[in-house]
Amino acid sequence: MKNLKTVVLSNQEISPGYYRMRILAPDYTRLAKAGQFIMFRVQRSLLPLLRRPFGIFRTGFMPADCETMPPKEFIEIIYKVVGGGTEIMRELHHGDSVEILGPLGNGFEFGEPGEEKVLVGGGIGLVPLYMLAEKLVEESRVRLYMGGRTRDDIITVTEFERLGVRTHVSTEDGSVGDTGLVTVGLEKKLQEGGKMTVYACGPMPMIEAVEKICRRYGVPLQVSLEALMACGVGACLGCVVKGAGHSDSTPSYLCTCKVGPVFDAKKLDWGNSPEQSVGNCGGCQ
Amino acid sequence: MIKRKDKIIRPKMEVEIAGIKLRNPIMPASGTFGYGEEFAPYLDLNSLGAIVTKGLSLNAKAGNRTPRICETVSGMLNAIGLQNVGVDVFIKHKMPFLEQFDTPVIVNFFGNTQDEYAEVAARLDGVPGVAALEMNISCPNVKHGGIVFGTDPKAIHEVVSQVRKKTSKPLIVKLTPNVTDIQVTARAAEEAGADALSLINTLTGMAVDVKTRKPRLANTIGGLSGPAIRPVAVRLVHQVVQAVSVPVIGMGGITRAVDALEFLIVGAKAVQVGTANFVDPTAMSTILDELEEFCLTEGIEDINDIIGSLVV
Repeated sequence: MKNLKTVVLSNQEISPGYYRMRILAPDYTRLAKAGQFIMFRVQRSLLPLLRRPFGIFRTGFMPADCETMPPKEFIEIIYKVVGGGTEIMRELHHGDSVEILGPLGNGFEFGEPGEEKVLVGGGIGLVPLYMLAEKLVEESRVRLYMGGRTRDDIITVTEFERLGVRTHVSTEDGSVGDTGLVTVGLEKKLQEGGKMTVYACGPMPMIEAVEKICRRYGVPLQVSLEALMACGVGACLGCVVKGAGHSDSTPSYLCTCKVGPVFDAKKLDWGNSPEQSVGNCGGCQ
Repeated sequence: MIKRKDKIIRPKMEVEIAGIKLRNPIMPASGTFGYGEEFAPYLDLNSLGAIVTKGLSLNAKAGNRTPRICETVSGMLNAIGLQNVGVDVFIKHKMPFLEQFDTPVIVNFFGNTQDEYAEVAARLDGVPGVAALEMNISCPNVKHGGIVFGTDPKAIHEVVSQVRKKTSKPLIVKLTPNVTDIQVTARAAEEAGADALSLINTLTGMAVDVKTRKPRLANTIGGLSGPAIRPVAVRLVHQVVQAVSVPVIGMGGITRAVDALEFLIVGAKAVQVGTANFVDPTAMSTILDELEEFCLTEGIEDINDIIGSLVV
């Protein structure tokens, strides 16, 4: 965990409205765990003032500029342009100065080796699942259910396939894959039975639906949540979600940045629709 | 640079507030620094002038529903709802961590009634390692229709007097800017026995999501902080310094040393850094470096020479 003043290596549109940014990040291949995030800052600007949280898509090495230098270590983030902050990010180029704070948060638990792993991603929610898949394919069969509104929201699926993940794509408008919600395929899969663990990240209505299905079939579930956050280090208390057993008389608020962003679904309160703006990441501002 | 006998003389940064010696005038603002431990991985807590904790109440407090924060132009609104572990848990579980450091610990606290304020102050009074208390009076008085203590000079006088009786530690009263005449409320706190004043707390504000037409905070109204409020804060600190003789700690939108210097020049003896800690957990160490560099390049040997040096 540290604040790194660094530079953008590349920043490209990979699907209409979705960008992939590669950032020079020494030590991240060693430090970053699947499911962790960074707080990203366009250097020294007051607009936007606050950093934005972004899940780490992957880490890696690329060749240095000349042969005598060591390879460059990088992270990649993927973001959707939705407002002021991400509109500025879209304009960044190779060599532009940025600051990243991280890696932050807890990351996924990998479950039992051998059992099947089922990933469920909705749109930009796919991002933290890639590093998880990289890890899980070493010891388990991995399936990905990827959903979006249109084909534009279906990103990086071929990269999951290259890892050996079986992928199932669905879109609400039917422009690619099955027509309908991503949860339809998931439910069919869970009906088949067998020992498995489900991992989900996406908009809150999707996560709630996945939770209901997993609970019905008694399948363990880990969810990665997004939340509005100012600091990312557990100080502002802006990003809290309700923990299991929360009530007005015995309130339980957990920091998404510190206790999460990955939660065992059993540790959260699903009783009434959470009012937190999960699924409404900082990038939406 | 000041060179004497070929040696660089580092500027003297120590200041004193209500009998507490601070190694420099930079400290965090309550509520932006947790209980200190959150920032220890990023910042040497021994480099700060003081540590100021999150506000504590008699019992643990859960805080408000979410969304609790939203960004505004050069600032942010928050309605966290003073979520905290409560004074007893703080003393037992958070204070030992802070005692490892050689930095004065200022404990911020609040209450819903006069008696609650007094009780929290009493429990903190005997805690070694607590250098001073900072009293947040921007809370509604539940026994008097929810009127904010800090907006009523009479209520300020009563509650500060009552707390004063319960503690022998230096007492800093943190003023709200949401008043018509801050000199009146500042004097009320001073007369009731405050050893120092700190200001400003957040300005109340509101933001609306134009698509859903809902307030952007679940609590509808929140407190505005960040660079957007700095000119208002500098003005209020300037006015309070004119009105009282106790030392003043200034804050409001400080992100750089030049911002801190504005407050020092109008007469604040020290400053607190708030929202900037969220943007960059190392912000205070950068501000300290810049402040020392400013003194060196401007030929200032003692930071106290800057304090109250406003030229009008």
